[in-house]
Amino acid sequence: MWLGGLTPATWLAWRFVTGRLGANPIEEILHRLGGTALIFLLATLSVTPIRSLTGWNSIIQVRRTLGLFSFFYLTMHFLVYAILDQTLDWEFIIEDLTERRYIIVGFTGWVLLIPLAVTSTKKWIRKLGKRWQRLHRLVYISTALGVAHFYWQVKADTYWPLVATAVLVALMLFRFQIWINRRPLDPGSKQLKQSVNSPKDL
Amino acid sequence: MLIKRSEDIPSSDITPESTYLNRRKFIAGFGLGGALGSSMIRSQFDSAKVLEDEFSRTQKDWSRVRSDLDEELNSYEDVTTYNNFYEFGTGKDDPAKNSHTLKPHPWNIEVDGLCAKRGTYGLEEFIKPRNMEDRVYRLRCVEAWSMVIPWYGFSLKEVIDWAEPLGSARYIEFTSLYNLEQMPMQRSFVLEWPYVEGLRLDEARHPLTILVTGVYGRELPNQNGAPLRLIVPWKYGFKGIKSIVKIRFTETQPLNTWQQSTPREYGFYANVNPGVDHPRWSQARERRLGELRKRPTLMFNGYGEQVANLYSGMDLRLNF
Ligand code: HEM
Repeated sequence: MWLGGLTPATWLAWRFVTGRLGANPIEEILHRLGGTALIFLLATLSVTPIRSLTGWNSIIQVRRTLGLFSFFYLTMHFLVYAILDQTLDWEFIIEDLTERRYIIVGFTGWVLLIPLAVTSTKKWIRKLGKRWQRLHRLVYISTALGVAHFYWQVKADTYWPLVATAVLVALMLFRFQIWINRRPLDPGSKQLKQSVNSPKDL
Repeated sequence: MLIKRSEDIPSSDITPESTYLNRRKFIAGFGLGGALGSSMIRSQFDSAKVLEDEFSRTQKDWSRVRSDLDEELNSYEDVTTYNNFYEFGTGKDDPAKNSHTLKPHPWNIEVDGLCAKRGTYGLEEFIKPRNMEDRVYRLRCVEAWSMVIPWYGFSLKEVIDWAEPLGSARYIEFTSLYNLEQMPMQRSFVLEWPYVEGLRLDEARHPLTILVTGVYGRELPNQNGAPLRLIVPWKYGFKGIKSIVKIRFTETQPLNTWQQSTPREYGFYANVNPGVDHPRWSQARERRLGELRKRPTLMFNGYGEQVANLYSGMDLRLNF
């Protein structure tokens, strides 16, 4: 898992060191990190559907790692933007953060993930109890903002942003379906209630 | 081969004499000499290994060439591996990867519309009478990156004077090749095909506006718009239509492809202007390829002295 998660970063670093990032390396790094982060976010959201479709229960163990890798790549994405792309020219960063729609939504998406990363430990899960699940549903909003950000930054070729949108919509529909199926059962069924209470389920 | 000096072009836009002399020697080395399009050079070069040193010598000379603002050139590799040419894909490296399907020889240019010289001309006969020269220009993409490139070509004005436009002609429209075998990505719906661009006739006649057949003294590679493309250095790069098959004189303003696609974001004029942002991003700065820190974008891409008078009295915010 860790191996898979670090492969994109290693590959980027390798191409950076050997000068194989093309004519505009900063843009290339920025884009690869953004794309990788989005893939990790969508993978994180796929865990529960895969689990309930296949009954492969142990897959749940990778969800937190996937989520943390998403955050890792997004943070790198942001740092590359701020340090390499904007060379920490605050005047322009602030202009971007206040005036550019795609930056505003992307930034919001990243900021929303900070509390999730912080509360990803066992201690926090226990401490927050049921509220932990509600908090961690923010990942849907973050991902949606990330997809909107992606869509708004392309010039004309919306193919990949639309693919990402389709995947996200499918995952959310699946999610809704689980909620809808559960609700009428909830009050009567102890077993289901229990499973909903377990933060690992969301 | 004649270098035409125009009052309007700063002398450093034109090849320094030393480079020029070496180029002549280089060309003479093939036993061709005289005025010729660089189109033949590379094919000769490929088959004649002996001439390689001669070639690398000419290449070395490029390192001393600067733009009118004393800027360094971007490398041949930068110029030929990073650009937009959606007919071959939307990635910046797609044109270099995919444009091998383009067949720039033989090639015809159709001249049409309000002019005396309507007809179809073979590329060689179209180019032969023109005064070819090297021109070092900044290229500023609407996506906020830029390069400095030594193009090789001739003034569009020569073509216009030759074509004898009628008094009613006010614009010139260019059309790119439309061919699904040679440009497979024209199957996609990213843009409407074929690609169309246009200029007001006075912009087209401006001495800085050129038709290009080469870069770095070599034949224009497919990915850069072989065999003939437009360069208008004070406008965003998308005005520089590639692989031109048709030139038409019109009375009404042509609808260029990007304007047609997203009229809110791309206009007809597309003059480089740091004061008018793209609706989604800033145009105040640009990344010069090869540099870390973004540099301020210059009004009319640094060619304001020569071209600002074309737009006197116009609201450039409305005519973006
Ligand atoms: C949920 C959060 C985010 C996600 C999922 C995300 C994802 C992406 C993706 C997929 C791309 C395009 C990659 C490509 O075209 O191949 C991208 C581009 C970009 N992102 Fe993000 N991003 C996020 C947050 C941010 C933040 C916080 C910033 C900076 C404040 C940022 C700045 C940029 C910039 C500047 C670009 C490139 C725009 C261009 O080249 O014109 N992103 N991002």
